[in-house]
Amino acid sequence: MVRSRHADRPVLLDGLGLEAILGELRRLGHTVYGPTRRGAAIGLGELRSVADLPAGWGDEQAPGRYRLRPRDDGAWFGHAVGADSWRRLLTPPREVLWRARRDGRGFEVVDEPAEPETLALVGVRPCDLAALRIQQRVVAASPEPAPSTPRPFVAVVECGAPAATCFCASTGDGPGVDDDADADLVLTELVDADRHVLVARARSARGAAVLATAPAEPASRDDLDAAVEVVRAAAGAQVRRLPDADACRSIADRPDHPRWADVAQRCLSCGSCTLVCPTCFCVVVADHTDLAGEEAWREARWDTCFSLDHSFIHGGSIRHELLARYRQWLTHKVATWWDQFGTSGCVGCGRCLTWCPAAIDLTEEVAALVADGATTATGGASP
Amino acid sequence: MTARLVPHRYRVVGHRACGPDVATIDVRPLEAAIGPAEPGQFAMLWAYGVGEVPISFRGVDAQPRRLRFTIRDVGEVSHALVGLRTGDVVGVRGPFGRGWRPETEAGRDVLVVAGGIGVCPLWPVVSRLRADRNRYGRLVVLVGARTPADLLDVDELRRWAAITGADLRVAVDRPAPGWHGPVGLVTDLLDEVDLHPEITSAFVCGPEVMMAATGRALLARGLAPERVRVSLERNMACGVRRCGRCQLGRLFVCVDGPVVDLVELGDLLEVAGR
Repeated sequence: MVRSRHADRPVLLDGLGLEAILGELRRLGHTVYGPTRRGAAIGLGELRSVADLPAGWGDEQAPGRYRLRPRDDGAWFGHAVGADSWRRLLTPPREVLWRARRDGRGFEVVDEPAEPETLALVGVRPCDLAALRIQQRVVAASPEPAPSTPRPFVAVVECGAPAATCFCASTGDGPGVDDDADADLVLTELVDADRHVLVARARSARGAAVLATAPAEPASRDDLDAAVEVVRAAAGAQVRRLPDADACRSIADRPDHPRWADVAQRCLSCGSCTLVCPTCFCVVVADHTDLAGEEAWREARWDTCFSLDHSFIHGGSIRHELLARYRQWLTHKVATWWDQFGTSGCVGCGRCLTWCPAAIDLTEEVAALVADGATTATGGASP
Repeated sequence: MTARLVPHRYRVVGHRACGPDVATIDVRPLEAAIGPAEPGQFAMLWAYGVGEVPISFRGVDAQPRRLRFTIRDVGEVSHALVGLRTGDVVGVRGPFGRGWRPETEAGRDVLVVAGGIGVCPLWPVVSRLRADRNRYGRLVVLVGARTPADLLDVDELRRWAAITGADLRVAVDRPAPGWHGPVGLVTDLLDEVDLHPEITSAFVCGPEVMMAATGRALLARGLAPERVRVSLERNMACGVRRCGRCQLGRLFVCVDGPVVDLVELGDLLEVAGR
């Protein structure tokens, strides 16, 4: 990535400065997405102005629990991640792969290239930046990678508001970003009684160009120290951790661990964890026809390895037992993902804990699985 | 849309029923053909408006541009495919995956072990062994099926064995009137054949339990695990390591397989539901 001179000069943006950034991104033809309040949760939606940010809203999260909480400081990014993740925008839940028309006794494939949207993602948390990188690796590992789409403009906001479900510090994916993070802008929110600003650093030429259009003042040494302190405090506030990579990978060798049966007693096999996970990529490929049978189309739709259909071959599902499905999800996520893609599939965002209706805590399950296999698991968490 | 994700149109030019629920079809492209296929690779066959299933190539070396598939009617899509008639059009994507690669075993004795419809993915290997007969040592083919009616292409195999001088043995699990051959599992046949384990390579295809049992038996006989290859079956939907549905442990069967050796397989088939 090209670093402009601007990249070395962090600046402070206030609300007007942030507004200018959003305006410039739109002027460049981007559709700008970011965190926004949607009902009783913070999701990702189009940002038309700073007013669309969930200013003054934080959240309270625990396994199986999510509540919005008002904040008295008006912070724009004073929340942890919600159920929504950026993969919804980059690999939509339903996508038509191709269409065909009936043609006598056969069919004819109709090619309809879609116009790709150029996206700007504003407010990407470091954990989600890591997830974007992992999804790119998954696509790149295919012998038929998807057609290249314009790389989204990415403005990361370092995390100052981790939830109780967050554990990115232990996976190394947050709450701050490294200097070599693949982002265009890196922002850190500073909010106190006297001011409400973002420390902004450009990490690419286009990031620098966008930043240069905003009214800003140079950031001082104290401002930079304050930004570092935001990240340090966020890391210190995290109460959960994932065991290290070697330990995680060892669960692939423990398919008979008693903990699998234990967690299978609690898991509802609903698939929520896979749908909120920012790195899950399984899709079901389904064919459809119109009522007259004149047109058929193939759709890729987000799938979950918790469905019986996911492992169905003639005669039945390979993972017909819930134990086998939970084991597949967790083993893949934190262990075999390494073999397949050279990275973990878990970025410590905590979504699968929060949105599990049975309050299953991935970190607790992995910890139990890497503990002595002879130890019989206890009841585990209850909501 | 990348090339192997959109079906090529093929016309059915030959159709042969091979039992109550099995058919072999020959197809030729209407326009562009898919790329050249290797023994053991698979294609995705699409029945218009019904869906798509992975089917191993039954024949890859026949006339140019002519492909052969044997399909058993076990579900909605395969039912539609078995019901195809000469002149119908079917979608074909592929070829996908890693095949048997018999050429790497040239100079060695070859053991082929087939269970049920598992004989079909092995046909391209059998054809290659005949075409390149003097590049290989002794040939042994063991075929097992549930009942005599489930045996596919045994007459064709017998002709092949007569030409190649192969030791062909066939057993059924449940005999029927008129069956005079051995009764038992394909692993029972294995116990009876002489093998020179240090110079023997094996290609095994059949139900998972059969492949796991055969693999264990071959290792016990002293074959090297890297010389024993099996063809895995999972529900491939994309063929290009994207849909995630064909995972078996660390493997994506559509790309890392379907053919893997016992070193790559490890103990993956030893635990149910993996």
